[in-house]
Amino acid sequence: MERGEGERIEITISSRFENIELVQVIAEHLCENAGVDEDGSHWIGMAVREAVANAIKHGNKLDVRKKVHATFELSGPELEIRISDEGEGFDPEQVSDPLNPQNLMKTSGRGIFYMKTFMDQVQYSFNPTGGTSLVMTKNLSRSSGIAQKA
Amino acid sequence: MKATTRTVDGVEIITLQGKITIGAGDTQLREVIQNVLNSGKTNILLDLGGVTTIDSSGIGELVGSFTTATNRGGKLKLLHLPAKLNELLHVTQLITVFEVYENETEAVQSF
Repeated sequence: MERGEGERIEITISSRFENIELVQVIAEHLCENAGVDEDGSHWIGMAVREAVANAIKHGNKLDVRKKVHATFELSGPELEIRISDEGEGFDPEQVSDPLNPQNLMKTSGRGIFYMKTFMDQVQYSFNPTGGTSLVMTKNLSRSSGIAQKA
Repeated sequence: MKATTRTVDGVEIITLQGKITIGAGDTQLREVIQNVLNSGKTNILLDLGGVTTIDSSGIGELVGSFTTATNRGGKLKLLHLPAKLNELLHVTQLITVFEVYENETEAVQSF
Protein backbone atom coordinates (compact mmCIF):
# COMPACT_ATOMS: atom_id res chain seq x y z
CA MET A 1 0.00 0.00 0.00
CA GLU A 2 1.39 3.41 -0.90
CA ARG A 3 1.13 6.27 1.50
CA GLY A 4 -1.85 8.49 0.80
CA GLU A 5 -3.89 5.64 -0.56
CA GLY A 6 -7.09 4.94 1.36
CA GLU A 7 -7.32 1.79 3.41
CA ARG A 8 -10.13 0.40 5.55
CA ILE A 9 -9.91 -2.69 7.71
CA GLU A 10 -12.61 -4.09 9.97
CA ILE A 11 -12.43 -6.90 12.49
CA THR A 12 -14.94 -8.19 15.03
CA ILE A 13 -13.85 -10.26 18.00
CA SER A 14 -15.59 -11.93 20.90
CA SER A 15 -14.86 -10.56 24.35
CA ARG A 16 -11.83 -12.62 25.24
CA PHE A 17 -8.55 -11.10 26.37
CA GLU A 18 -6.60 -13.44 24.11
CA ASN A 19 -8.19 -11.69 21.10
CA ILE A 20 -6.72 -8.31 22.00
CA GLU A 21 -3.47 -9.08 20.26
CA LEU A 22 -5.23 -9.79 16.96
CA VAL A 23 -6.46 -6.20 16.84
CA GLN A 24 -3.18 -4.80 18.10
CA VAL A 25 -1.22 -6.60 15.39
CA ILE A 26 -3.49 -5.19 12.67
CA ALA A 27 -2.87 -1.68 13.97
CA GLU A 28 0.88 -2.18 14.06
CA HIS A 29 1.05 -3.69 10.58
CA LEU A 30 -1.14 -0.96 9.13
CA CYS A 31 1.14 1.68 10.62
CA GLU A 32 4.32 -0.06 9.47
CA ASN A 33 2.91 -0.40 5.95
CA ALA A 34 2.18 3.33 6.03
CA GLY A 35 5.81 4.04 6.81
CA VAL A 36 5.69 4.52 10.56
CA ASP A 37 8.77 3.11 12.26
CA GLU A 38 8.70 0.24 14.75
CA ASP A 39 8.48 2.41 17.86
CA GLY A 40 5.74 4.62 16.47
CA SER A 41 3.75 1.58 15.36
CA HIS A 42 4.24 -0.03 18.77
CA TRP A 43 2.74 2.93 20.64
CA ILE A 44 -0.28 3.12 18.34
CA GLY A 45 -0.69 -0.64 18.81
CA MET A 46 -0.52 -0.13 22.55
CA ALA A 47 -3.28 2.49 22.42
CA VAL A 48 -5.40 -0.01 20.49
CA ARG A 49 -4.60 -2.75 23.02
CA GLU A 50 -5.80 -0.53 25.87
CA ALA A 51 -8.97 0.45 24.00
CA VAL A 52 -9.89 -3.15 23.19
CA ALA A 53 -9.10 -4.28 26.75
CA ASN A 54 -11.44 -1.58 28.11
CA ALA A 55 -14.16 -2.59 25.65
CA ILE A 56 -13.91 -6.23 26.76
CA LYS A 57 -13.58 -5.59 30.48
CA HIS A 58 -15.57 -2.42 31.21
CA GLY A 59 -17.84 -2.35 28.16
CA ASN A 60 -18.85 -5.94 27.56
CA LYS A 61 -17.94 -7.00 31.10
CA LEU A 62 -16.21 -10.17 29.83
CA ASP A 63 -19.42 -11.50 28.28
CA VAL A 64 -18.04 -13.62 25.42
CA ARG A 65 -21.39 -13.41 23.61
CA LYS A 66 -20.82 -9.70 23.17
CA LYS A 67 -18.52 -8.48 20.43
CA VAL A 68 -15.92 -5.79 20.06
CA HIS A 69 -15.78 -4.15 16.65
CA ALA A 70 -12.63 -2.45 15.43
CA THR A 71 -12.38 -0.31 12.31
CA PHE A 72 -9.19 1.20 10.94
CA GLU A 73 -9.41 3.89 8.28
CA LEU A 74 -6.32 5.37 6.72
CA SER A 75 -6.84 8.43 4.58
CA GLY A 76 -3.60 10.06 3.53
CA PRO A 77 -1.59 10.44 6.73
CA GLU A 78 -4.71 10.41 8.93
CA LEU A 79 -5.45 7.20 10.77
CA GLU A 80 -8.83 6.86 12.47
CA ILE A 81 -9.46 3.90 14.73
CA ARG A 82 -12.92 3.11 16.07
CA ILE A 83 -13.40 0.54 18.83
CA SER A 84 -17.02 -0.26 19.72
CA ASP A 85 -18.49 -2.59 22.32
CA GLU A 86 -21.97 -3.90 23.01
CA GLY A 87 -22.09 -3.04 26.69
CA GLU A 88 -24.09 -0.57 28.70
CA GLY A 89 -21.60 2.24 28.42
CA PHE A 90 -19.38 3.84 31.01
CA ASP A 91 -18.39 7.36 31.86
CA PRO A 92 -14.72 7.95 31.04
CA GLU A 93 -14.89 11.17 33.07
CA GLN A 94 -15.12 9.00 36.19
CA VAL A 95 -11.60 7.73 35.55
CA SER A 96 -9.30 9.67 37.83
CA ASP A 97 -6.13 11.39 36.67
CA PRO A 98 -3.30 8.86 37.18
CA LEU A 99 -0.79 11.72 37.48
CA ASN A 100 -2.53 13.13 40.52
CA PRO A 101 -0.21 12.26 43.45
CA GLN A 102 -3.07 10.68 45.37
CA ASN A 103 -3.69 8.32 42.44
CA LEU A 104 -0.06 7.49 41.68
CA MET A 105 -0.12 4.17 43.52
CA LYS A 106 -3.47 2.98 42.22
CA THR A 107 -3.33 -0.34 40.43
CA SER A 108 -5.73 0.69 37.65
CA GLY A 109 -6.87 3.74 35.70
CA ARG A 110 -3.94 4.26 33.32
CA GLY A 111 -5.37 2.80 30.11
CA ILE A 112 -7.15 5.92 28.87
CA PHE A 113 -4.16 8.02 29.88
CA TYR A 114 -1.88 5.89 27.70
CA MET A 115 -4.32 6.15 24.79
CA LYS A 116 -4.34 9.94 25.08
CA THR A 117 -0.56 9.97 25.36
CA PHE A 118 0.06 7.96 22.20
CA MET A 119 -2.77 9.24 19.98
CA ASP A 120 -3.65 12.77 18.80
CA GLN A 121 -7.32 12.60 19.80
CA VAL A 122 -9.44 10.22 21.85
CA GLN A 123 -13.20 10.63 21.94
CA TYR A 124 -15.98 8.52 23.39
CA SER A 125 -19.55 8.41 22.16
CA PHE A 126 -22.51 6.45 23.45
CA ASN A 127 -25.08 4.71 21.32
CA PRO A 128 -28.62 5.33 22.66
CA THR A 129 -29.40 1.66 22.10
CA GLY A 130 -26.33 0.56 24.03
CA GLY A 131 -22.62 0.28 23.51
CA THR A 132 -19.71 2.64 23.66
CA SER A 133 -17.62 3.75 20.73
CA LEU A 134 -14.14 5.09 21.08
CA VAL A 135 -12.62 7.01 18.19
CA MET A 136 -8.89 7.65 18.21
CA THR A 137 -7.04 9.58 15.54
CA LYS A 138 -3.40 9.94 14.70
CA ASN A 139 -1.65 11.91 12.00
CA LEU A 140 0.98 9.42 10.92
CA SER A 141 3.14 12.11 9.35
CA ARG A 142 3.87 13.24 12.90
CA SER A 143 4.76 9.72 14.03
CA SER A 144 8.41 8.88 14.23
CA GLY A 145 9.82 7.31 11.10
CA ILE A 146 7.06 8.35 8.72
CA ALA A 147 9.34 10.76 6.88
CA GLN A 148 11.56 7.88 5.77
CA LYS A 149 9.06 6.85 3.14
CA ALA A 150 7.93 10.36 2.20
CA MET B 1 4.77 -15.07 31.25
CA LYS B 2 7.48 -17.23 32.72
CA ALA B 3 8.92 -16.53 36.16
CA THR B 4 11.99 -18.07 37.76
CA THR B 5 13.32 -17.25 41.22
CA ARG B 6 16.70 -17.54 42.90
CA THR B 7 18.20 -16.11 46.07
CA VAL B 8 21.37 -14.04 46.14
CA ASP B 9 22.63 -12.66 49.46
CA GLY B 10 19.16 -12.71 50.97
CA VAL B 11 17.54 -11.03 48.01
CA GLU B 12 14.93 -12.95 46.04
CA ILE B 13 15.57 -12.30 42.37
CA ILE B 14 12.53 -12.98 40.20
CA THR B 15 13.30 -13.14 36.50
CA LEU B 16 10.26 -12.48 34.34
CA GLN B 17 10.03 -13.37 30.67
CA GLY B 18 7.29 -12.79 28.12
CA LYS B 19 4.13 -10.74 28.42
CA ILE B 20 2.66 -9.02 31.45
CA THR B 21 -0.71 -8.09 30.01
CA ILE B 22 -4.36 -8.23 30.94
CA GLY B 23 -5.61 -11.77 31.30
CA ALA B 24 -2.14 -13.21 30.87
CA GLY B 25 0.85 -12.35 33.02
CA ASP B 26 -0.81 -9.75 35.24
CA THR B 27 -2.46 -12.09 37.75
CA GLN B 28 0.46 -14.49 37.43
CA LEU B 29 2.86 -11.75 38.55
CA ARG B 30 0.64 -11.06 41.58
CA GLU B 31 0.72 -14.76 42.53
CA VAL B 32 4.49 -15.01 42.16
CA ILE B 33 5.02 -11.98 44.42
CA GLN B 34 2.52 -13.29 46.97
CA ASN B 35 4.22 -16.68 47.06
CA VAL B 36 7.63 -15.11 47.65
CA LEU B 37 6.28 -12.86 50.42
CA ASN B 38 4.38 -15.75 52.01
CA SER B 39 7.62 -17.71 52.18
CA GLY B 40 9.02 -14.96 54.39
CA LYS B 41 11.26 -13.36 51.79
CA THR B 42 10.61 -9.64 51.64
CA ASN B 43 13.54 -8.25 49.65
CA ILE B 44 12.56 -8.68 46.03
CA LEU B 45 14.42 -7.76 42.86
CA LEU B 46 12.34 -8.05 39.70
CA ASP B 47 14.49 -8.71 36.63
CA LEU B 48 12.37 -7.40 33.76
CA GLY B 49 14.95 -7.72 30.99
CA GLY B 50 13.01 -10.53 29.32
CA VAL B 51 9.63 -8.82 29.36
CA THR B 52 8.49 -8.43 25.77
CA THR B 53 5.12 -6.68 26.24
CA ILE B 54 3.45 -4.90 29.11
CA ASP B 55 0.19 -2.96 29.24
CA SER B 56 -1.59 -0.81 31.82
CA SER B 57 -2.73 -3.93 33.69
CA GLY B 58 0.85 -5.12 33.93
CA ILE B 59 1.96 -1.68 35.11
CA GLY B 60 -0.84 -1.82 37.69
CA GLU B 61 0.44 -5.17 38.94
CA LEU B 62 3.95 -3.77 39.31
CA VAL B 63 2.52 -0.95 41.42
CA GLY B 64 0.41 -3.39 43.43
CA SER B 65 3.41 -5.65 44.00
CA PHE B 66 5.47 -2.69 45.20
CA THR B 67 2.72 -1.71 47.66
CA THR B 68 2.23 -5.27 48.90
CA ALA B 69 5.95 -5.77 49.49
CA THR B 70 6.25 -2.40 51.26
CA ASN B 71 3.22 -3.13 53.47
CA ARG B 72 4.84 -6.42 54.48
CA GLY B 73 7.97 -4.60 55.58
CA GLY B 74 9.90 -5.48 52.46
CA LYS B 75 11.34 -3.80 49.41
CA LEU B 76 10.73 -4.33 45.72
CA LYS B 77 13.20 -2.99 43.19
CA LEU B 78 13.53 -3.31 39.41
CA LEU B 79 16.41 -4.61 37.31
CA HIS B 80 17.06 -4.41 33.55
CA LEU B 81 14.11 -2.23 32.61
CA PRO B 82 13.28 -2.59 28.88
CA ALA B 83 13.19 0.74 27.03
CA LYS B 84 9.45 0.70 26.34
CA LEU B 85 8.57 -0.19 29.93
CA ASN B 86 10.89 2.58 31.07
CA GLU B 87 8.95 5.01 28.88
CA LEU B 88 5.60 3.83 30.25
CA LEU B 89 6.83 4.36 33.80
CA HIS B 90 8.14 7.81 32.89
CA VAL B 91 4.94 9.14 31.31
CA THR B 92 2.92 8.05 34.34
CA GLN B 93 5.60 9.40 36.72
CA LEU B 94 5.90 5.95 38.30
CA ILE B 95 9.61 6.03 37.59
CA THR B 96 9.84 8.21 40.71
CA VAL B 97 8.40 5.36 42.78
CA PHE B 98 10.68 2.49 41.80
CA GLU B 99 14.38 2.03 42.36
CA VAL B 100 15.77 0.84 39.04
CA TYR B 101 19.12 -0.85 38.45
CA GLU B 102 21.06 -2.04 35.41
CA ASN B 103 23.60 -4.08 37.36
CA GLU B 104 22.49 -7.07 39.42
CA THR B 105 25.33 -6.93 41.94
CA GLU B 106 24.73 -3.25 42.57
CA ALA B 107 21.01 -3.91 42.93
CA VAL B 108 21.51 -6.74 45.44
CA GLN B 109 23.91 -4.64 47.51
CA SER B 110 21.36 -1.81 47.68
CA PHE B 111 18.97 -3.80 49.91
